[in-house]
Amino acid sequence: MIFSIVRTALIALKRDRASLALSFILPIAFFSIFAVIFGGQHDSTPKIKVIVVDEDQSRASQELVRGLKREGSLRVSTAPPATGKNAKPLPDYTAATAEDAVKAGDAPVALIIPKGFGQHPIAFGPGNEGSEIELLNDQSDMIAPQMVAGLLQKAAMTAMPAALAEQGMKYTDEYVGGLTPEQHKRMQADLDALKKIEDENDASGSGAAGGSSKDDGFGGIIAVKSRSVVGENKRNPTVSFYAAAIGVMFLLFTASGSAGSLLDEQESGALDRVLSSRVTMTRLLAGKLTFNTLLAFVQLTVMFLWAWMVFKVDLPGHLPGFAVMGIFTAFAVAAFGILLASICHTRAQLGALSTLLILMMSSIGGSMFPRYLMPESIQKAGLFTINAWAIDGFTKVFWRDMPVTDLWPQVSVLAAVGIALFVIARRVARRWDCA
Amino acid sequence: MATGAKTTGPAKPLEVEGLVKRFGKVTALDGVTLELRAGECLGLLGPNGAGKSTLIRSIVGRVIPSEGRVAIFGSPAASGQARQVLGWVPQELALYPRLTAKENLGAFGRYHGLKGRELAKQMAWCLGWAALEDRAGDLERNLSGGMKRRLNMAAGIIHRPKIVLMDEPTVGVDPQSRNRIFEMIEALRREGTAIIYTTHYMEEAQRLCDRVAIIDHGRIIAAGTAEELIANAFGSCSQVLARFEGPQDGIGAWVERHGGRLVDSTAEFTIERSTEIAGLLDDAAKHGLAPADVSLRRPNLESVFLHLTGRELRD
Repeated sequence: MIFSIVRTALIALKRDRASLALSFILPIAFFSIFAVIFGGQHDSTPKIKVIVVDEDQSRASQELVRGLKREGSLRVSTAPPATGKNAKPLPDYTAATAEDAVKAGDAPVALIIPKGFGQHPIAFGPGNEGSEIELLNDQSDMIAPQMVAGLLQKAAMTAMPAALAEQGMKYTDEYVGGLTPEQHKRMQADLDALKKIEDENDASGSGAAGGSSKDDGFGGIIAVKSRSVVGENKRNPTVSFYAAAIGVMFLLFTASGSAGSLLDEQESGALDRVLSSRVTMTRLLAGKLTFNTLLAFVQLTVMFLWAWMVFKVDLPGHLPGFAVMGIFTAFAVAAFGILLASICHTRAQLGALSTLLILMMSSIGGSMFPRYLMPESIQKAGLFTINAWAIDGFTKVFWRDMPVTDLWPQVSVLAAVGIALFVIARRVARRWDCA
Repeated sequence: MATGAKTTGPAKPLEVEGLVKRFGKVTALDGVTLELRAGECLGLLGPNGAGKSTLIRSIVGRVIPSEGRVAIFGSPAASGQARQVLGWVPQELALYPRLTAKENLGAFGRYHGLKGRELAKQMAWCLGWAALEDRAGDLERNLSGGMKRRLNMAAGIIHRPKIVLMDEPTVGVDPQSRNRIFEMIEALRREGTAIIYTTHYMEEAQRLCDRVAIIDHGRIIAAGTAEELIANAFGSCSQVLARFEGPQDGIGAWVERHGGRLVDSTAEFTIERSTEIAGLLDDAAKHGLAPADVSLRRPNLESVFLHLTGRELRD
């Protein structure tokens, strides 16, 4: 009897391709995506983009910049990238333009090497006031500042041996030519200071200098002063990111589910009846698209209202940007749902295909974890997803406080994607036009 | 009666000429020609798979014919004018289950371009016509099977078309609901609406239709009034039915000798004079056959269909 039940279930499963796909393809697809992102894909480990401004232009500072450029896990920029094939190289970053670039999200970290750094490159001893390297960071990326600060210390140790030796000699001349009680006292003071910092680092568990804290001290051979230029006043830095990230993923699910009403209507015969009235296929799809766009926008609005009320995301302060991003995201997502419903022949097919595509898009598009954690190849692949563009746009609005006009790349892409998907959906839906 | 689009003067409500529809290697319609006259009810009688629904869907523009033409008051099928004067009641319950009866009517009314007072008036008329006034606020999915059928019909005539195509509207309903549906159709006929009514129940065709077209294997094999069809097939002949209880040897040979047919356990014979019955029964008795009952009847449309195709309507 049990065998009969197993046999019947097996036959039913074999005939239900949607369930088969969900059972076997989805886990394999997800395993592969996560393996590529977090597995041993060292060749494409994400490089951290760092802007370096060398205000000192001394031998020591230039050596340090060269040392940073040799670091395989950093991509150092000293000037903005030239746009266009024959465009002239742009002037180097200044402290101000580097800060603007971090604010705009061009790079998560900028290092400003101040004038006079070459005179006192190491962090201890007298006369090093004002030679701290300034690390400007964007709090939305919590990993990049830590890594850059650590690699900065490494670069200093390996790239500036001459400078360090010279500094050592200077101290030797100063202190070793007969230690007076006063000299002894100074050395002891410096040693005490070093010990104290070591103790503090041990107690706080922090490593090298920098990080996202507001520490002004140093934690290594080079003094680094860290400053967050984006998100320093945000009460809950990652909530706005996740409101957009999770919101878009569920919007995709809702939109494809809602668009599935087309398949219900086809099955009941209502679709045929509607199309025998004055309603044409194009009008019908446009109506569904409009409804699904509004539904998705309302869904996003509710989500951000909740984020505002409970998690203090500043929705009232960003209403225009939210409205623009919300509408265009909803439009693209709705068109995606209509296309899926047009492609599929049954609800079961739609369920399987939408689950597969949406989870894949969400994983590489940044809805599950930030894209900056992913290998570069996956980050680039993420640009083919609605999630990535929508999240980038919402990040610009809520994180970087950028004006609505700066949303044009995201808005253009989402609008183009929505239109393209709808046009394809209309072509695919020709199978419903007439038999 | 309220109307939709204007119609051209002398054109007939519906003309179908040489309609052919092939789905791959299957020919669903094989040169169908028929016409629907103003105010008449034309029955389209045929077994399942005969091509009735394909013909109806060709008329409403949901199937593009491989050959031939369809003209609705002179306009091609699926044209704007045709859509406004045609009403379609599909075989399926083509409704929105999560909408109430009234909301369903409102939705399909709007799809036909109705709005405002005109829409409200038509909705009220349709609810009354379908005897659903007291269930207007109920969700479609909560209505009984018969009510759903009536609502399905009402949604097809919400724009008060001049021609209504009804595709087996009584499928799966109980006799009481079926009678209610007949009354609705008769009410429409009194208003002068031309109707094509497809069915495989000959009783329905005989009760409701002025003329009947018999369709089989995608072809119209006979058309006319029921009386004409019967007269053409049987003349003044009658039918003798002899029913047997249980299997008896020699029935087949007896039926064959007298040119009859054996359907299930009933022998059918066509006779010209009633005196032939005695001969049939004498021969049966000689061969030890004892029918449980014997009856005499005038041939009906079912008999015509059997006569023309060699098959029963409900095969």
